[in-house]
Amino acid sequence: MTDFLSSRERPLSAVPAWIACLLALGLGMQVALQFAQGSRAPSAADLPIAPPVQALRLASMGEPAALARLAMIWLQAFDSSGDNVVPYRQLDYKRLVDWLRAILATDPRSEYPLFAASRIYAEVADPVKTRLILDFIADEFAADPTRRWPALAHAALLAKHRLKDLTRARRYAAAIRQLATDDSMPLWAKQMEVFILEDMNELEAAKIMLGGLLAAGRMSDPEERRFLEGRLEELKQRLKGARQAPNR
Amino acid sequence: MKMSPGSASRPSSCFTVARYTLVEALRSGLPWLAAACVLAVLGLSGFLSQVAITEARALQASASGALLRACAVFLTAAHVVASATREANDKGLELALAMPISRPAYYLGKLLGFACAGALLATVFALPLLLWARPGDIAAWWVSLATETALIAAAALFFASALTQTVAAIAATAGLYLLGRSISAIQAIAVGPLAGDSLPDQAMRWVVDALALLLPRLDAVTRGDWLLYGAPPVGELAQALAGLGLYLVLLAAAGLFDFSRRNL
Repeated sequence: MTDFLSSRERPLSAVPAWIACLLALGLGMQVALQFAQGSRAPSAADLPIAPPVQALRLASMGEPAALARLAMIWLQAFDSSGDNVVPYRQLDYKRLVDWLRAILATDPRSEYPLFAASRIYAEVADPVKTRLILDFIADEFAADPTRRWPALAHAALLAKHRLKDLTRARRYAAAIRQLATDDSMPLWAKQMEVFILEDMNELEAAKIMLGGLLAAGRMSDPEERRFLEGRLEELKQRLKGARQAPNR
Repeated sequence: MKMSPGSASRPSSCFTVARYTLVEALRSGLPWLAAACVLAVLGLSGFLSQVAITEARALQASASGALLRACAVFLTAAHVVASATREANDKGLELALAMPISRPAYYLGKLLGFACAGALLATVFALPLLLWARPGDIAAWWVSLATETALIAAAALFFASALTQTVAAIAATAGLYLLGRSISAIQAIAVGPLAGDSLPDQAMRWVVDALALLLPRLDAVTRGDWLLYGAPPVGELAQALAGLGLYLVLLAAAGLFDFSRRNL
């Protein structure tokens, strides 16, 4: 190692002055040029067409997990520069969905594409674009419900509160209830559909579903069970009130 | 390098060559380059974790694993080619073979030394991954990387010996390595739904399949996703590593064949 470090160079004074000046000038010009150009996040128009999944797999050269995550970091830079009033609004969402789909297919176990889709791209204040992203999340959910339910749950909340589209929200919540049956799922996700049905004034359906959830015995926590039973009783009271009201 | 008379047939001469080859690697710039790679990858993964909105730990593990793997392979190939070419240019090879040592013992000793240097490199590169992955998964990754660097050392030594030019040898080693890592994807593309059934298409598929028969399956080993989702079962790992081992034997045999025929 000492051989590598040992220096057999001549002193600095041996270098002609014009060469040292040229070196300093070159360095200064390089720094000035790069400073003048600055660094900006790529614009929305720069987002290229998504490649086929096979091409991404070829590019990964056997490292799909690393490529998928690095591709997500690269993708989220588009249309995200600090001077944007609304980041991601200018993006071509069809193209974006193609990219997300290709990246997810490259590493299906990564949660990054669906997380970014639900938490970043779906939050854009454009209902058409939000719907495109929500459809993408719903499409991909069925392939791995246990891993992907958080994204669809957030999509249901966005559909309900942001889009005011209760039918869509209920569809997503129903998919979670039917397909994501893992015991580790929290209570709120399992009974999301009940609340949406309540908001839709479909109290009878909500009551039946809540009763079904209790009857299935998937609640391991007694507190959860007590809470749901209370909720079921409350629904029954509201239903009774609703039936008596037209008779008055 | 001191050899006692009559040591040509003894395996100890092979180990002596291996020892000096390893000492040469340790005294070169290789340890410093390895340290620089580790620092650069740690810095890059730290930066990536700052810009990731989720899976930061998984991103760090997978990106670091992939980059460190590429660094290990490149450093091993460059070191082997540079060392072998320098030895040939300095006439050190003729000097060594003038001693009582057989050509196979010398070649295998060099290969063993380079493989040990690759194993040390794999060890140094596996340690930082303890920050993000489970030790059991890293152990599988480490064994796999050590085997992979040994294979690359064998390929680089063969090409450096056969081609005798630095750039050509590095290019040939890189070509073999990149093809080995991408041949599965190329085969998948060749039989994909968009592939036609015309004669040229079929001929292309045969060429790809024939090429695949001659290449090591490097896409199946030292994978970054082992660090995230767990190493494969022992049987599967052993099968993949046995494939690399077999290819290592093939490259060593090819190198010995070429080295034995060469006029020095």
